[in-house]
Amino acid sequence: MTQYIIKRLLLLPLLLFIFSVFAFFIIQAPPGDFVTSYIAELAASGSSMDQAQVEALREQYGLDQPMIVQYFRWVGGMLRGNFGVSLDWKRPIMELIKERLLLTVLLGAMTFIISWSLAIPIGIISATKKYSFIDYFFTVFNYMGVATPTFMTALILMWLAYSYFGVSVTGLFSPEYVDAPWSLARAMDLLKHLWLPALILALDGTARLARVMRANLLDELNKPYVEMARAKGMSEWRLVLKYPVHLAINPLVSTIGWYLPMLFSGSVIVATVLNLPTIGPLLLRSLTNQDMFLAGVIVLIYCFLAIIGTLISDVLLAWLDPRIRMEA
Amino acid sequence: MRDNPIPGSEPDAQDERFEDLTALSAGNQARIREEELEDTAAIHVAPNWKLTWWRFKKHRLALGSGLVVIFLALIVLFPGFFSTMDPQKSRAQQSFVPVQRVHFFDEGAFRPFVYGIVGKRNPETLRMEWRIDEEKKIPVRFFARGFEYDVLGLFATDIHLVGVKEGDIEEDPIYLLGTDRLGRDQWSRLMYGTRVSVTIGLISVFISVFLGVLLGGISGYFGGIPDLIIQRMIEILQSLPAIPIWMALTAAMPRDWSVEQTYFAITLILALIGWTTLGREVRGRFLVLREEDFVMAAKLSGASQKRIIFRHMVPTFYSHIIAAATLAVPVMIISETFLSFLGLGLRPPAISWGVLLQEAQNLQSVALAPWLLLPGVAVIITVLALNILGDGLRDAADPYSH
Repeated sequence: MTQYIIKRLLLLPLLLFIFSVFAFFIIQAPPGDFVTSYIAELAASGSSMDQAQVEALREQYGLDQPMIVQYFRWVGGMLRGNFGVSLDWKRPIMELIKERLLLTVLLGAMTFIISWSLAIPIGIISATKKYSFIDYFFTVFNYMGVATPTFMTALILMWLAYSYFGVSVTGLFSPEYVDAPWSLARAMDLLKHLWLPALILALDGTARLARVMRANLLDELNKPYVEMARAKGMSEWRLVLKYPVHLAINPLVSTIGWYLPMLFSGSVIVATVLNLPTIGPLLLRSLTNQDMFLAGVIVLIYCFLAIIGTLISDVLLAWLDPRIRMEA
Repeated sequence: MRDNPIPGSEPDAQDERFEDLTALSAGNQARIREEELEDTAAIHVAPNWKLTWWRFKKHRLALGSGLVVIFLALIVLFPGFFSTMDPQKSRAQQSFVPVQRVHFFDEGAFRPFVYGIVGKRNPETLRMEWRIDEEKKIPVRFFARGFEYDVLGLFATDIHLVGVKEGDIEEDPIYLLGTDRLGRDQWSRLMYGTRVSVTIGLISVFISVFLGVLLGGISGYFGGIPDLIIQRMIEILQSLPAIPIWMALTAAMPRDWSVEQTYFAITLILALIGWTTLGREVRGRFLVLREEDFVMAAKLSGASQKRIIFRHMVPTFYSHIIAAATLAVPVMIISETFLSFLGLGLRPPAISWGVLLQEAQNLQSVALAPWLLLPGVAVIITVLALNILGDGLRDAADPYSH
């Protein structure tokens, strides 16, 4: 087991290297460097800078160096904890992300809890009561859940809440708590706002999870060992929950790894619609304003979360299913 | 084995990654037995596509979805014919006109009409407020003349499916789905948006299929080092968070690109990340087929590698590819929609579902004009139909699975 985890951990730096090259490529992709866009921004606000200043800026950020040198400067800076400065916000990138990362992860965690605690029971009920009314009901629900883009769900719920209850469901804090320091009251206020975006995001994943859970469980229910346990007189619910459900959940656990990055990055759109102070809208703003260093760091963070997710699911699966350990 | 999920319950394209997890069920076997009893003589001589069709026919819901998809295809081919008004023409005086409902029966007889609308400016908010004028009935005609449009770039005509009396459309407009901020007819914009959004989905899936079959085929048929490299590549691409990557890549497109350039760039970007699931599926098929007797037989009778791959192996699973591709289209459509919705994909004057929904991006406009959300219903119907159709095809695709 430890050996398996160590093997996986050794892969981590390699993946991070590949992703950092990728993020660097994204930073470099738009035409011109960020000094050019800075000058354009200055020109737009009516001021300008002379050639010497431009050169000084370029030199300060190493933009006159070849690409490879620039890349290593960037990565080296990050390894020392220096993520650079956002030109758009005129603030250190680290600071911008730190205050939003917590809320992003919190939203992701809540989404995760909601969708799993909905999907597993739905999957079990649909499978054990196959072709019953409730099974068809959930099948329709699942199809709708997959077909409705999350931002549509968000828009529709936002509209319903506004036109029927007159409340605006945007943001994660009530106005008086937006800039307040953390306190119990602020945390309670956050919980009051967090459940709706979490539910919207969860519905999307719930539909898929429930369908997979149903399919997996149906396969298990047909197997002889179930018949055997039934013949021995085991009560039906205990039987289902103890053996087939346990086996049917295993493959789902292995998908947590794909599910986690989806959780964090999937919230980008919903967070934009609902105006949530998470990383997603920050990424969107940095991309539309060509604040590429901020965008690159955020993409890298998403990639990092994705790798961690894969790692967690690999470990979980190895822990749940001994057969995997033997293969590795 | 893993390609025989339970009918109606399998995961769709968005969780193709989960697909490995759904295993053989008894459902398919029962169905094929039924068919055999019905038509024992014919089934042994029927070609592959016929078996697939027989089985597909039994899935009523998928058949219905097929009809929806055919209707969609008609809109994609002839958006002008289904439109009522010029989608780009803005009428500053007629912004945010609500949906004009079509009444089919006028005093008991089938004479479709809509009520006229009158607008009055609210002296306080300075906003136009529209109300229905029950005095005025505008008759709706079929095959009426309206604005001129191109049919597939071949010829121009001005005949539309619905419209009003000749020359009247600008005076007494009918807004089947209301108008937007600039007074443009949303129904006609939706028709043209359908063409763009659906074709983006189709083209990017087409590119994905090409890449997936090529690389998955190389990986599965040859094995060894190419397989290792391609598999690692797929793993890395799949562990990338797709949404931020798509956002970053589309944002990197130069702003001065034309509509056509961004259109093709988006299809490419969607396809470059989307081919991996298909690639894995094709590889898995090749790995299984490589060991089959008929491939060995072909090899021993001296068939060339090209012939073995394209004449013997590919035909056994191309129905799977069609099914998987059908399931991939809605994923691409949703992706384009949200990219344009966020302002990163297509930009006006291009019309796509995402561009249309951008009008409904904030609470103010949704509260003011809820009909701006209606293009989203088109997205949902399309994705639903394609998903059900794809599921049906996938169930039907494997006639030999006993």
